Amino acid sequence: MIGRTLKELGAALAGREISSVELTQLHLDRIARLNPEINAFITVDAERSLAQARAADARLAAGEGGALTGIPIAQKDIFCAEGWRTTCGSKMLGDFVSPYDATVIEKFAAAGAVNLGKTNMDEFAMGSSNETSHFGPVRNPWDRTRVPGGSSGGSAAAVAALMAPAATGTDTGGSIRQPAALCNLTGLKPTYGVVSRWGMIAFASSLDQAGPMARTAEDCGLMLNAMAGFDDRDSTSLERETEDYCRELAANVGEKPLSGLKIGLPKEFFGEGCDAGVMACVQEAIAEYRRLGAETVEVSLPNMRLAVPAYYVIAPAEASSNLSRYDGVRYGYRAPDYADLDDMYRKTRAQGFGAEVKRRILIGTYVLSHGYYDAYYLQAQRIRRLIADDFVAAFRQCDVILGPTSPCTAFGLGEKAADPVQMYLSDIYTIAVNLAGLPGMSIPCGFSAGLPVGLQLIGDYFAEARLLNVAHRYQQATDWHLKTPDA
Amino acid sequence: MNHWEVVIGIETHAQLATRSKIFSGASTAFGAAPNTQACAVDLALPGVLPVLNRGAVECAIRFGLAIGAEIAPKSVFARKNYFYPDLPKGYQISQFELPVVVGGSVAIQVGQGEQVYEKTVHLTRAHLEEDAGKSLHEDFHGKSGIDLNRAGTPLLEIVTEPDMSSSAEAVAYARALHALVRWIGICDGNMQEGSFRCDANVSVRRPGAPLGTRREIKNLNSFRFLQQAIDYEIRWQIETLEDGGRIQQATVLFDPDTGETRVMRTKEDAHDYRYFPDPDLLPLLIPRDWVERTQAALPELPAAKKRRFMADYGLSAYDATTLTASLEIADFYEATVAVAGKAAAKPCANWVMVDLAARLNRDERELADSPVSAAQLGGLVARIADNTISNNIAKKVFEALWNGEGASADEIIEKQGLKQITDSGAIEQLIDEVLAANAAMVAEFKAGKEKAFNALVGQAMKATKGKANPQQVNELLKKKLS
Repeated sequence: MIGRTLKELGAALAGREISSVELTQLHLDRIARLNPEINAFITVDAERSLAQARAADARLAAGEGGALTGIPIAQKDIFCAEGWRTTCGSKMLGDFVSPYDATVIEKFAAAGAVNLGKTNMDEFAMGSSNETSHFGPVRNPWDRTRVPGGSSGGSAAAVAALMAPAATGTDTGGSIRQPAALCNLTGLKPTYGVVSRWGMIAFASSLDQAGPMARTAEDCGLMLNAMAGFDDRDSTSLERETEDYCRELAANVGEKPLSGLKIGLPKEFFGEGCDAGVMACVQEAIAEYRRLGAETVEVSLPNMRLAVPAYYVIAPAEASSNLSRYDGVRYGYRAPDYADLDDMYRKTRAQGFGAEVKRRILIGTYVLSHGYYDAYYLQAQRIRRLIADDFVAAFRQCDVILGPTSPCTAFGLGEKAADPVQMYLSDIYTIAVNLAGLPGMSIPCGFSAGLPVGLQLIGDYFAEARLLNVAHRYQQATDWHLKTPDA
Repeated sequence: MNHWEVVIGIETHAQLATRSKIFSGASTAFGAAPNTQACAVDLALPGVLPVLNRGAVECAIRFGLAIGAEIAPKSVFARKNYFYPDLPKGYQISQFELPVVVGGSVAIQVGQGEQVYEKTVHLTRAHLEEDAGKSLHEDFHGKSGIDLNRAGTPLLEIVTEPDMSSSAEAVAYARALHALVRWIGICDGNMQEGSFRCDANVSVRRPGAPLGTRREIKNLNSFRFLQQAIDYEIRWQIETLEDGGRIQQATVLFDPDTGETRVMRTKEDAHDYRYFPDPDLLPLLIPRDWVERTQAALPELPAAKKRRFMADYGLSAYDATTLTASLEIADFYEATVAVAGKAAAKPCANWVMVDLAARLNRDERELADSPVSAAQLGGLVARIADNTISNNIAKKVFEALWNGEGASADEIIEKQGLKQITDSGAIEQLIDEVLAANAAMVAEFKAGKEKAFNALVGQAMKATKGKANPQQVNELLKKKLS
C-alpha cells in the first residue's frame, strides 16, 4: 500500500483490501523509521490519527465514504488543528496547541481524511530550503545531504519518502511548487482566494494560498476538491460555484489529446540564470507536449525581472505586521527574564524568532516607514499590477504558460544559507505567479545528475481544472512522477 | 487674555451600538467578567482573520447622512501598527487615507439667555475602527492584567475642523454630537462606560497669526472635564507664551483631581504607525442603493423636528429645543399631544418639561422608566383642557397616576370623585353657606379689606375639597358681595 496514489488507496479502502487504521499505522510505522533522519514531521500524534482512522473505518463500513475517506494526509504545520501543537516552524509557537481548526483541516476532516501529522517547514514559511525551521532542516529523500526546498519542505519530503500519500502545502512565493520540483512531486498553488486562509498562519496575507502536494495531478485534483470553497470567515475567499477539479481528466484521450492547446513559453523563463541540466529537461518536456498535440508560442512577461524585488518589499511589509501578534503577552513564547514591558517585547521577539524572520520583519518595517512607504511599498504595488497585466496580455495568446519551476535542482544543506539573495533567487520563476494571484503547478519532468527537475505550468485565473488536465496528460505519457527515491 | 485667539478641534470616539464586534462575532455587551467576550479573532490567535460587521457600516452611513456628509463609495481599512499589551494583533484596524464619511457639519447653540448664538462646526471626516482592550494595573502584584472584552468593539472616530474658539463652543458641539448619535441610534452615549469620549486639540494664537502649536488632550469622558481641561489648557498655553516660552506639540492627559493637564508624550516620541491597507480585508464598497435605503430608514432629525414643533404646535424656540433634546423626549411629547389634542400642545409641553421632569428628577428616574406613560399624561392634560379638573386637582391626579392608583386620569377622577363642580346652582348654594358661616369675614371685606375676599374663596374651595371651578366661585362670590 505504501507508494500508491490517493486514487488507488481510495479504491483499496472502498474494496476493503485494507482498513484506514491499518493504512494509517503503516504510514506511522514508516514515519517512525524514516523521520528521525529526514525530519519531515514536527509533530506526530498516533493516537489522534488512529482515532480519526477508526471513525473513517466506521464511515466506510456504513458506505458513507468519499474519495479521501480513511486516507492519511500530512498537514503542513502552518494550519491550526484543534488539540494539535501548531508551531509554524518557530520557537515562538513551540508549545502552542491550537484551540481551533483551520478551514482546510476542517474540510479534510469532513471528507474523512486522517491527519497523519504536522510537517516541518521554514519558520513562518519564510525560506526556500526548510533550513530556517526552529525544528531543524529537512533532508531531501533523493539525496540526504541536500535540501528539499521550502517552505513546504517537510510536506514535500514526507510524500517523496512515502511517509505520507499526500500532504498540504502553502505557497506565498513558490513554497508548494519549488519543494515539489526538488522532491519529484506534483504540487498545485490555486488561484488566490480559492482555498480559505482561515486558520492558516499568515506570512503575507495577499499572497498566501494553500494547495495540495501529491504524486499525481489526479491526486492534486482530489485534494483540491476537498480543500477549495467559499468561506465566510475569510474576507478574501471567493464566492464561486463548487467545481469538480477532476472533471477534465477523463476528457480528450487519444493520439493527440492536447491538440488545440496553446502553450506559451515566456522568453524571460528561457534566458540566462537557469541551470543547463534543468533546462534540458524542460525542453524535453516541451517536445513531449508537442507530441501530445499542443502548439507552443513565444510570449513575453516584460516585468518578470521586477518580480523578486517587488515581492521582497510586499511580502516582508505584510509579514512585519502579521507577526506583531507574537509579543509574548497572550500565548506562545515569552522570554523568561525581563525588566519591564519593552524589555519583555525585545527579549521575547529576539529569542523567539530566527534570523530570517527577523530579517524580513526589519525589511518590512523599513519599507512601511514614514518617508519610505511611497518609494518602496506603493512602488512595489504598482509593479505588482504591471506583472498581473503582463500575464493577462500573455493569456490572450495562449492557454497555459510553461517553464522551469526552479532554476536549479536541490542544493546542498547550508550551501545558500549564508546568502539570502541567492536563496531568494530560488523562487525567480514562481514569485510572479503569486503577485498576479494566478494558479500554478509543478510536475516532475526528469532528472539532472540524479536529482528531480520540476516543470512549471501556469494557468489563467480559475483554470485549475485545465491545468490539472494538462499535467495529467503529460503524466499519462511519461513516468517521471512515479519515480521514488531508494528508501 | 483678550488678545489671544483660541482654536479647538475635537475628535470623538463613539462606540457603535452593534451587538457583535466590528470584525468578529463576539458580544459587545459591557460589564462581563474579563476576557469572557473575546473570541479567537479578538485574542489574535495565529491564523484568524477579520470579517467586517455590516451593522457597523450601517451606523457610519446613518451618521454621515445625519450630518450631511458624503458617504464614500469606496473606503479602505488600514493597519495602524504599534505594540501595546492590550492591542492583541500589534496593530489596530482603522481607516486612514480613505475614510467612510467625508465632510458634513453639526449646528450648535452656544450660551444662555440673551447671549445665545448659533454656529456651524464643520467635520473633516468620520471613520470606522476597532477599539483596543484594557490594561488593569491593580490587583496583580507588580504585574498588569489584560481584559480583551473591549478589543474589537466598533468605533466611529469623528473628527472636526479646528472650528471652535472656546470651551463653551467645544462643550456645545460635544453635547450636540452626543444627542445626535443617540438620536439616530448608533451609540448609547454612555460616557461613564466610555461609549462616547472626546479628545480636544487646543492651540492659541494672536489674531491674524498662523495656527499655533497644538496640544491634544486625550480621553475626556464628561462634558465637565472637557470644559475644565480646555479652560486649563488655554490658560496654561497663554501663560507659557506670555512668559516667553514655547508650546511643544504633545499629547496630554487631564487629571480631574488637580484640574490640570500633564504631558503623556511629545512629538519626539510619537509613533510611526506604518499605516498600510489591510490585506485581510477588501475595500469597503457602499453602493448608492445602500445609502438610499439607509436614508429612507433614518428618523426625522433634531433640527427638522424642532422646526416642525414650532410650526405645528406653536411652541417657542426654547420649548422646541428642550423637547428635541433627545428622540425619547420628542417621542414622549408627541405621544402626549396625540392623546391630549393638538389644541393642548402648549400645556402638554409644560407638563413634560416641568411637572414630569421634576417628578422624575425627585425619584432619580429616567424618562424610559417613568411610571406615568405619555398616553396617561395626555389623558390628564385633556381633562384640564375640557375643564373636567382644575390644574391643582390635576397635580393630585398626576401623583395618583405616578403611584399607580389607577390606569388613567379618568379612572382616578371618577374613583376619587375629583370632577370639578361647574353647576352654578350648586356653587351658588355653597357660597351662600360659606357667607352665612363666615359673617365676620364678609364684614371685613365690606369694610374694605380686599384680603378677606381671597379667604372666602379659600373657604369655598375647601368646602368642595378643591373641586369647585375656581373661576366660577370667584365670579359668583363677587356678584353676591357687590
